[in-house]
Amino acid sequence: MKSVDEINEKIRNGSVSVVTAIEMKEIVEELGPEKAAKEVDVVTTGTFGAMCSSGVFFNFGHSDPPIKMQRVWLNDVEAYTGVAAVDAYLGVTQLSETLGMEYGGGHVIEDLLRGKEVELRAIAYGTDCYPRKEIVTEISLDDVNQATMINPRNAYQRYRAATNSSERILRTYMGTLLPNFGNVTYAGVGELSPLNNDPEYRTIGIGTRIFLGGAVGYVIGEGTQHSPPFGTLMVRGNLKEMNAEYMRAATFPGYGTTMFVGIGIPIPILDAEMAKATGVRDEEIETVIIDFGVPRRDRPVLRNVTYAELRSGSVEINGEDVRVSPLSSYRMSGKIAAELKKMIESGKFFLSMPAERIPAKETFRSMKQRDIKVVKSVMTSPAITVSPGITIADASRLLIENGINHLPVVDSAGRLVGIVTSWDIARAVAMKRAETVGDIMTRKVITAFPDDPIEIAARKMDVNNISALPVVNSRGEVIGIVSSEDLSKLLAR
Amino acid sequence: MMVELIYDSSAVKKPVLVSVALEEGVLMNIIEAEVGAREGRIVVEIDDELADRVVTKFESHGVRVRKLIGTIEKGEACLDCGACISVCPVNVFRKDESERVIAETEKCVRCRICIEVCPVNALSLQE
Ligand code: SF4
Ligand code: SF4
Repeated sequence: MKSVDEINEKIRNGSVSVVTAIEMKEIVEELGPEKAAKEVDVVTTGTFGAMCSSGVFFNFGHSDPPIKMQRVWLNDVEAYTGVAAVDAYLGVTQLSETLGMEYGGGHVIEDLLRGKEVELRAIAYGTDCYPRKEIVTEISLDDVNQATMINPRNAYQRYRAATNSSERILRTYMGTLLPNFGNVTYAGVGELSPLNNDPEYRTIGIGTRIFLGGAVGYVIGEGTQHSPPFGTLMVRGNLKEMNAEYMRAATFPGYGTTMFVGIGIPIPILDAEMAKATGVRDEEIETVIIDFGVPRRDRPVLRNVTYAELRSGSVEINGEDVRVSPLSSYRMSGKIAAELKKMIESGKFFLSMPAERIPAKETFRSMKQRDIKVVKSVMTSPAITVSPGITIADASRLLIENGINHLPVVDSAGRLVGIVTSWDIARAVAMKRAETVGDIMTRKVITAFPDDPIEIAARKMDVNNISALPVVNSRGEVIGIVSSEDLSKLLAR
Repeated sequence: MMVELIYDSSAVKKPVLVSVALEEGVLMNIIEAEVGAREGRIVVEIDDELADRVVTKFESHGVRVRKLIGTIEKGEACLDCGACISVCPVNVFRKDESERVIAETEKCVRCRICIEVCPVNALSLQE
C-alpha cells in the first residue's frame, strides 16, 4: 500500500517511477499486479478526440462607459451571456453566423491560443448602471481577465461505434458513414484512455489534478450523461496556460464544428488492485456497433465489439469485413501520456486524491417528451392510387379533381411500384411521348412507415427534396400518403 | 494514368468514349463523370503505356484532354485521427507502427471523398 503523499514525496526527491499506460500493460503482464505495484508509482493515461461538450468562460473586463452584454459574438460566433455583465460562455460547437460550419467556437478558441486577435461584438438594452448599448473591439487572450475552460462532458470511457445500413451517405458526429455498411467509425482510445484504467473511479474524482490542453487542470465532477462503464468527466482548466497543439478546432462535414481536446490523467498505483486495473487490455474493453441508418434515439445494436477488434482496422458485419476508422488520435493520446510522464518525472506535476468520489453506478435518462407523433396519425388514408396501365390523361384528371400532386402507383395486390407527380404528368403531356403512367413513373420511391416519427418523415423529404411520401406497411402495400403540408402544421420549422 | 476528358457541346452528343475504347481496343476505368447538356467532364484511368495514343485519339474527336498527375496531399495540420482510413476506396491511408497516419499517395484515384471527411482540412488535391 502506498499513499498519494508518499508518491508526491518521491516526485519531490526525484525517485518516482512513472510509466505510460502503454508501458504498464507489458509490465503487469510480465510481473503480475503485486510486483508491478511495487515497481511502479504512477501510470499516465491520455486521450485526444473530438469533445463537443467543451467551452470557455470569459470575463472580458468593463468598457467605458460600461455595457451589460445581452448578446456577444466572437468572430461572429455567439457566446452565452445569461450571466453577469461581461461574463460569457463560448461553446465549441456554436457556428459562425457568417461562415457556418467552416468556423465555430472551437476555431475561436484555437485562434486565441495561437495568439490571434478576435473581433468582439456585443449589444445590450442599456441600464442606469450599464448605459452602453453596443461595442465592437478586438481582443486577444492576454486582454481578457479570465478564460476558464469548463467542459461539461469529456474523456468518454468508451463510446458506441457507428455504421450505416441505409443507402445514403450519412454525415454525423461519428464522422462520414458510407452507405450499405461501407465503414465503421469509433471514438476513444480504449486501454490508453483515462477512465478505463481506473474503472472503479478510486483515484479519478472531484479535485483530481490532470493534464488539460497542455496545462494543469482539474476534474470537477462526473460529466453529463455519466453512465458507467460509459463514464465521463467534467473538467476545468486555464485556457491562458494551454497549448494549441493539444486543443484543435475541427469540423465534421455536414454535422458542425467541435474541438479535439487533449486530456491526460495520472493514476497513482496505490496497491495491486490499481496495478491490475491499469493492466487492462483492449480485448477486455467492450462496446457495441450501432446502426445510424435508423435515425431514432434507440438505434439498433448490430453486435458487440471490443476495442481490440475495432483497432485492428476491420470488423465483420453480416459476414463481411468492413473497414474501420478511429476518430480519436492514438498518436496524440500516446504523446499526451508521455508528456505527462515527463512533467511528473521532472517534478513539475504532483498528484492529488479526489476530495469526493464520482458515482460508479448510474444510468442516464432520455429526454421526457410529451409524446412522439408518428406518421400514421397525420397521413391521408387511404391514398388515391393508380395502376401502371392507366393513361396519362386519366391520371391528370384524377390529380385535378382531387386537388393533389402525387399519385402512388400500385400493382394488382396494392403494393407500391412507383409514383407520379403532377410535374411528371405535365411534362409527359407537353412532350407527347408517353401513353401510360407506367412509362413515366419514378420507380425508386422514397417511402415512410406508419410508425416513423414525423421528424424522420420530414427529414426524408428535406434530404431528397420532395414533398410527399407514400406510407407503406411491411408488405409494401400503400396505406396512405403524407405530405410536407401535413407535417409543417405540426412541426415548427 | 488518370486523364480528364472535357467535352464541349458538339462532342457531348457523340459516344466518343465508347468509340475510342473500341477503335483502340483499350480498357478505361471511369472514375468520375459529370455530363451536362452543353458540356461534360469524365475522368478515366488508362494504362500508362497506351495513354499517349489514346489521348491523341480523343483529341481527334474534338475532346480536350488534361492529364491528371497530382495525387492526394496530406498537410501539416493532420492530427493522425484516422477518419480518412475507412472512406478511401483504394486504401491510400493506413497507420504505421508509431500510430501516424500515412498516405500511399501513388494509389490515389482522385475521388475526393477523403477531402470532405478530414476534420481539420489537412487533405488537398491539386487541380
Ligand atoms: S482525417 Fe485528416 S487529420 Fe485525420 S488522419 Fe486523415 S488526414 Fe489526418
Ligand atoms: S481522393 Fe479518393 S482515392 Fe485519393 S486518397 Fe482521397 S479517398 Fe483515396
